[in-house]
Amino acid sequence: MADTLLTVTDLEIKAGDTTIVDRVSFELERGRVLGLIGESGAGKSTIGLAALGYSRDGLRLTGGRVTLNGRDILNLSANAIRDVRAATITYVAQSAAAAFNPAHRLMDQVIEATLWHKLMGRRAAIARAKELFALLGLPDPERFGERYPHQVSGGQLQRAMTAMALCSHPDLIVFDEPTTALDVTTQIEVLAAIKQAIASTGTAALYISHDLAVVSQIADEIVVLRHGRMVERGTVDQIFHAPRESYTRDLVSIRQHEKPEQVNAAPPLLAIDGIKAGYSKGVPVLHGINLVLGAGQTLAVVGESGSGKSTLARVVTGLLPASNGSLIFDGQTLQPDFADRTSATLRDIQIINQIPDLALNPRQTIAAILGRPLTHYFGLRGAALKRRVTELLDQIELPHTLLHRYPAELSGGQKQRICIARALAAQPKLIICDEPTSALDPLVAEGILDLLMRLQKEFGTSYLFITHDLAIVRNIADTVAVMLEGRVVRHGPKAQVLYPPFDPYTEKLIASVPQMRPNWLDDAIAERDALRGKTVKQGQTP
Amino acid sequence: MAEGFDTQSGALTPLPPRVGKGRTVLSLLFKRLFAGLLLLWAVSVLIFAGTQILPGDVATAMLGQQATPQAVAKIRADLGLEKPAPVRYAQWLGNAVQGDFGRSYSNRQDIAKSIAPRLKNTLFLAAMAAVIAVPLALGLGILSVLYAGTWVDRTVGLVTLSAISLPEFFAGYLLIAYFSISHFWLPSSATVSDSMPLAQRLIVMALPCMTLVLAVVGHMMRMTRAALLNVMASPYIETAILKGLPARRVVWKHALPNALSPIISVVSLNLAYLIVGVVVVEVIFVYPGMGQYLVDHVSKRDVPVVQAAGLIFAAVYIGLNIVADLLAILANPRLRHPR
Repeated sequence: MADTLLTVTDLEIKAGDTTIVDRVSFELERGRVLGLIGESGAGKSTIGLAALGYSRDGLRLTGGRVTLNGRDILNLSANAIRDVRAATITYVAQSAAAAFNPAHRLMDQVIEATLWHKLMGRRAAIARAKELFALLGLPDPERFGERYPHQVSGGQLQRAMTAMALCSHPDLIVFDEPTTALDVTTQIEVLAAIKQAIASTGTAALYISHDLAVVSQIADEIVVLRHGRMVERGTVDQIFHAPRESYTRDLVSIRQHEKPEQVNAAPPLLAIDGIKAGYSKGVPVLHGINLVLGAGQTLAVVGESGSGKSTLARVVTGLLPASNGSLIFDGQTLQPDFADRTSATLRDIQIINQIPDLALNPRQTIAAILGRPLTHYFGLRGAALKRRVTELLDQIELPHTLLHRYPAELSGGQKQRICIARALAAQPKLIICDEPTSALDPLVAEGILDLLMRLQKEFGTSYLFITHDLAIVRNIADTVAVMLEGRVVRHGPKAQVLYPPFDPYTEKLIASVPQMRPNWLDDAIAERDALRGKTVKQGQTP
Repeated sequence: MAEGFDTQSGALTPLPPRVGKGRTVLSLLFKRLFAGLLLLWAVSVLIFAGTQILPGDVATAMLGQQATPQAVAKIRADLGLEKPAPVRYAQWLGNAVQGDFGRSYSNRQDIAKSIAPRLKNTLFLAAMAAVIAVPLALGLGILSVLYAGTWVDRTVGLVTLSAISLPEFFAGYLLIAYFSISHFWLPSSATVSDSMPLAQRLIVMALPCMTLVLAVVGHMMRMTRAALLNVMASPYIETAILKGLPARRVVWKHALPNALSPIISVVSLNLAYLIVGVVVVEVIFVYPGMGQYLVDHVSKRDVPVVQAAGLIFAAVYIGLNIVADLLAILANPRLRHPR
């Protein structure tokens, strides 16, 4: 007989008249891990917070029940729910960097709720916290708690937050996308730490993520959500090997595309030669970058945050003039500063940004946004302008009815398509894509990548594609450059870069990418000790 | 950077040595002090230049009906007015730095000696108002955040807004009308003397103090509320709530420390106002402070007194702002504990 810990029955949550969570039901047994998976807007976080009897501003619980240990969570008094939150069910937020209070030391925050509710004495709580710091693999567990949040890294904060959640020996922890904001090599560490902590403390967990590959490493069972409704529920094996619903099948088969590599030697369009650049004098960010991009091809620049890949994009666009080195574009030397470049050169190099919301003027209609480059570069007006704008909309597969809408009325994927059309309007030879899909849900991102590939085939545009996601690289690249700390550690055709023999950093990076198979995390952790030995011997950069 | 597979070994930066932290704060402090002194010097130039371009002539004004050309020339020579302006500025500044503001043109008395007791009175009144107004404003601000959107919040907001909107002279006379004329509870004149016992002194000063409190409390309270509400939208506030902490602890322990910086700067501005802006209040209540002294001597065109008072007010203003800057630095954990 299973020992049921959490039961959610017909939960319904609304924002105004919009239903955010639509009659969702599931139960969770003591000591088990349930994964909640879905795109943004699927209602995952809302359900997770409802388990703590909490709803964000503007949301209303309109139906259903949540019971924890047989108690009705949604109808407790303010006092009683605070006791439950401190002792029985705790929360790990998506961005620990924002979820820790910058004004207090980590130790004070980790043990605060435990002390406030008198669950332990101060000394016992501190001992418990140090034990958890060690369990989660934090450096110097004895003194780690003395630090302030800004003094430790993002991955460490996420582990400290897990320690905070575990401190009071709760029955259940809600993990709300705990690794989404981290680099892949950091993510794998945090995942391993969380998995080990769950296993050794025997707590149950509700693990929320948009990444099926990640959830499946930790969860026993998975609930697939879409638009607030439950699509499918099953064990990890069943979801992977026998998904019942087509939406689940799409989620499982994602990331399995691969662009056939163009091996023919295309004439170089852009040659980056010995580029050094930095934001303040004497602090170089790029230490001599050499890269070549062939005409009509895609060069993927891969690296973690801080590796200098976006800085490289700023150098190519001329927003950040390089201090050394040269750029050869289409046989001509590029002026380092965009202000010195001719209008034709500026037209030839366009950019697509990571966050379309910031790239689109919220006060302009789509017609104005797309019309502006056409008038500016080609002098189009009136009927000719209108014809060309609708043509662009056709090319990015959006309906003409959007012309008089504002960006705020569009979805994230539609907005990114508009950004692509805006870049395309200039008929550029090179488009710099700066993480164009990392703010989008997986299925939407896949649509954007397909579109970019189709446009490349049609117009022969070259892409300098900046990303931290190796799965995307497989999907779209012809050649690949791996960056680490402002240097290119590996550069060449995709078939060479992504397959052995590896340099240690690329090997680590590839091993860290979550794979759509159960046990990937266990295998990767098993491999890492051998790998660590190798890394130490050879050093980080070859 | 890449943190990597290396969790157990100490591949991460060790805790910074404790000596390092003081240095940054100290260097920031010296920078602010230096900037403050520079500013004070610039103000002294402005004050001196301003009094030079005033129309009219002190000698003529002092002599009135007896202003024969010979008498005017004699007084001008006595006061050193025939020397070039830069020389007089250098002499004036050199003496002022040593605490000598010269003699008043109108009554020939040592300005430093006449100002000292009045400055003391002004500071006393300002301190009394601050001791009441600052905790009151913070308390009301916190209260209106705890009860944001309820009738408590709205009432506090309405009352403080009304208090800000009333000009001081009007608020002062209203208080006199109610407390002194209708009910004879408090004296309308705040003429204090050194021989007065403290208790009586406080009673006499009650009405001007209340007027000042009304003038500054609303501004500080509204800033406290706004700064707190801004912080209350942060993810770490949600974390604190989800940890099972009650609202009062969330506001006090998690929101307030992160809202201190804007609160400190608005408090310091209002403290400066309590000292510099009391002119009207002192005149209404006949309180023997700097403001009244300044008003008297402006009407007598007594340039050295105006210069001295201007310089002292500027020093108080700049000094309070430096203190506020410093407190804001100390309230920021990133500056107190660099990586």
